[in-house]
Amino acid sequence: MALRDKQGRPLVAVTGMGVVTSLGQGKDDTWAALTAGRSGIHRIERFPTDGLRTTIAGTIDSVDVEPFCAPMLSERLAMLAAEEAVGQSGLNQEDFPGALFIAVPPVEMEWPQREALAKASGQDGDVTYKDLLKAAASGEFKPWHDLFIFGTVADRVADRFGTRGSPISLSTACSSGATAIQLGVEAIRRGETDAALCIGTDGSVNPESLVRFSLLSALSTQNENPEGASKPFSKNRDGFVMGEGGAALVLEDAEKARARGARILGYVLGCGEKGDGFHRTRSSPDGMPAITAIREALTDAGLAPDDIDYVNAHGTSTPENDKMEAMSCTAVFGERMASVPISSNKSMIGHTLTAAGAVEAVMSLMTIATGRIPPTINYQVPDPAIPLDVVPNVARDAEVRYVLSNSFGFGGQNTCLVFGAEPKGA
Amino acid sequence: MRDVVITGVGLVSSAGEGLDAHLTALADGAPYTDAATFEPFPVHPAAPLEWDRQIPKKSDQRQMEPWQKLGCYAAGLALDAAGAKDDAALKGRMQLIVSAGGGERDYAVDGQILTGLRQANNPGVFLNERLMGDLRPTLFLAQLSNLLAGNISIVHGVTGASRTFMGEESSGVDALRIARERIASGQDDIFLVGGSYNAERPDVLLIYEMGGFLWKKPYAPVWERPAQGGGMILGSGGCFLVLESREHAAARGVTPLAAIAGVASDRSRRKPGSVEGALHALTKQLGAKPDVVLSGATGIKGITDEEQAALRDIAPGAALHATGDLVGHTMEAQAPIGVALAAGLIARGGPSEALVTSIGHWRGEGAIRLTKA
Repeated sequence: MALRDKQGRPLVAVTGMGVVTSLGQGKDDTWAALTAGRSGIHRIERFPTDGLRTTIAGTIDSVDVEPFCAPMLSERLAMLAAEEAVGQSGLNQEDFPGALFIAVPPVEMEWPQREALAKASGQDGDVTYKDLLKAAASGEFKPWHDLFIFGTVADRVADRFGTRGSPISLSTACSSGATAIQLGVEAIRRGETDAALCIGTDGSVNPESLVRFSLLSALSTQNENPEGASKPFSKNRDGFVMGEGGAALVLEDAEKARARGARILGYVLGCGEKGDGFHRTRSSPDGMPAITAIREALTDAGLAPDDIDYVNAHGTSTPENDKMEAMSCTAVFGERMASVPISSNKSMIGHTLTAAGAVEAVMSLMTIATGRIPPTINYQVPDPAIPLDVVPNVARDAEVRYVLSNSFGFGGQNTCLVFGAEPKGA
Repeated sequence: MRDVVITGVGLVSSAGEGLDAHLTALADGAPYTDAATFEPFPVHPAAPLEWDRQIPKKSDQRQMEPWQKLGCYAAGLALDAAGAKDDAALKGRMQLIVSAGGGERDYAVDGQILTGLRQANNPGVFLNERLMGDLRPTLFLAQLSNLLAGNISIVHGVTGASRTFMGEESSGVDALRIARERIASGQDDIFLVGGSYNAERPDVLLIYEMGGFLWKKPYAPVWERPAQGGGMILGSGGCFLVLESREHAAARGVTPLAAIAGVASDRSRRKPGSVEGALHALTKQLGAKPDVVLSGATGIKGITDEEQAALRDIAPGAALHATGDLVGHTMEAQAPIGVALAAGLIARGGPSEALVTSIGHWRGEGAIRLTKA
């Protein structure tokens, strides 16, 4: 088969994948739980939840970091996922022959650190930032500068794996993981690098992050039964559930991968994106940006809508997203959409935010590799406005050659990826 | 590979608004710093702007904190300068890369919570209750890194697609690098690229003060600070550039200011000498022979001296400007501001080649080579 696509660009092969979620460490554990329809959502035990509207999440509690904070946990999740991915690829684990593209949550100093500074300031009246600044001058808190600036997670991952060049830390909100992959694909297609390590990571379930989403009314408040709270495409869906996760993919110029005898796990065949200037948190009512992103991804992959066998949905379980996503898919796929399986990993692992696009990319490739479609769990009350085959509650065996994976985010971010076992016509 | 040219610059800072004001100040302006507000930390404060001129809707202004308003305003200026503002179809396919950190906090609320936490019987519960009760719901949207891009899409209709890069100074260089590569390779025709920074914030001062990076004396020029202990003076500002292929600019009938001949960036685990070595390597990679250097030097001891030494070798005859003396250190926006100034100097017929440097205060080295369009 040709190792270039129809536009003459290098084909982009996936040769390594790693993932860690609330369902397990490693892609096999996560996959087994995901296809068994098991939920990783549970009551939050990391911090007190009294006074919060939402008290559940898909936190990863099996990973210890010190000091415990979002950048440290996000870094650790990225490292775990990347170790698995690079290990599987067979490429050098300390001298990775390519670039790093990593989606990281925006970080900032957290409350335990602010409290420590307030205490160190000696202020026993009203605390202001002037006091914190005074405490900072002691030099005692120097490591926290590195910990809480935006480039640090990427820098440490770059250092650990010896990736080449300036690493790209990025955010496109809830489509960040997909954008990391897209950047890697583009760099390989342009011939800038033979390999790319693409990562999405998010370990940011802390009180303030949770409250911020809560105040935007974005989260499910159905706390009584945590496993049942994330209900994508159901009529009684009431918001997403925050999750944590990390996922890494090793992308390579297929020709180079083939030449070194690497096992090719699948291909990233196409990427599509489109901005939306309608609103900060809501999508254009006509669905045009999401529709365009899907169409661009298909065109980029050299596929027609009819070629897609399965859609790995963004499927957040918010009233708005799921409706918009269903409408957009129907606009692209037409009447056939009623019978195209579409399921949401988020029904089980929650919304892993910055990591979601990368986690779901790995799951999309696992779907292709195993011929098994993970279900949308908690689907008890169908939404008549979403008459789709959401693979309700139970995994299904099917031949899946091409998968569309959707990612949409605040700020008008719409990013879609197409994966395949082989390029079309191979 | 296609040539990549700059066809529009939007720039705001302590030196004022617009490219002309900045070029004038670069030639003979006195730096403008505010030493009092955050004493003992001087900052280069943003010049007062009439927000309505680039962000017409008050409802949009209310949704943004200053870092986003500065960026959104500068983006509007760049679109005006590139003759793109009124071309909805063009903006609908224009790509956007923003280099950004995060947004402002509610400082009063933070202080009240810290004060209350000290006495709270159950600090975790107290924190939850205060956050739920006191945080303004939409503040989150002013904090999210990618919402500067989101606001530019909403306010200016730039909706090709946006990507936000993070990572302090390096993100500004890499935003330019990726945009340039995408245009040169033919993947896309036109980009809006840039970033903004609000230095007049105690939370960012706090981060850099913890690291021991801030200058705490009255203003002194960047190159003179290392001998007195070194340190950076943060600056508020925003800069966006319209980049497009030469052919695309010609087809639109706009005159480029300059061409971006190359962008190079790297990282390493820093040790003495690594910044000097990196600058030699990057400028060699670019084939730089500049008549003028726009340095993004911070004034921090060690790395600033190394940059100065490297530039003496690389560009011995070139005029040297530290952009930090003009606008302060604007972090993610520093490299775009250097490029904007370099493009302006070239467009005015001065130098025929310029070099912009970006030595991050903590990590990341970058260089950009501009030539006559």
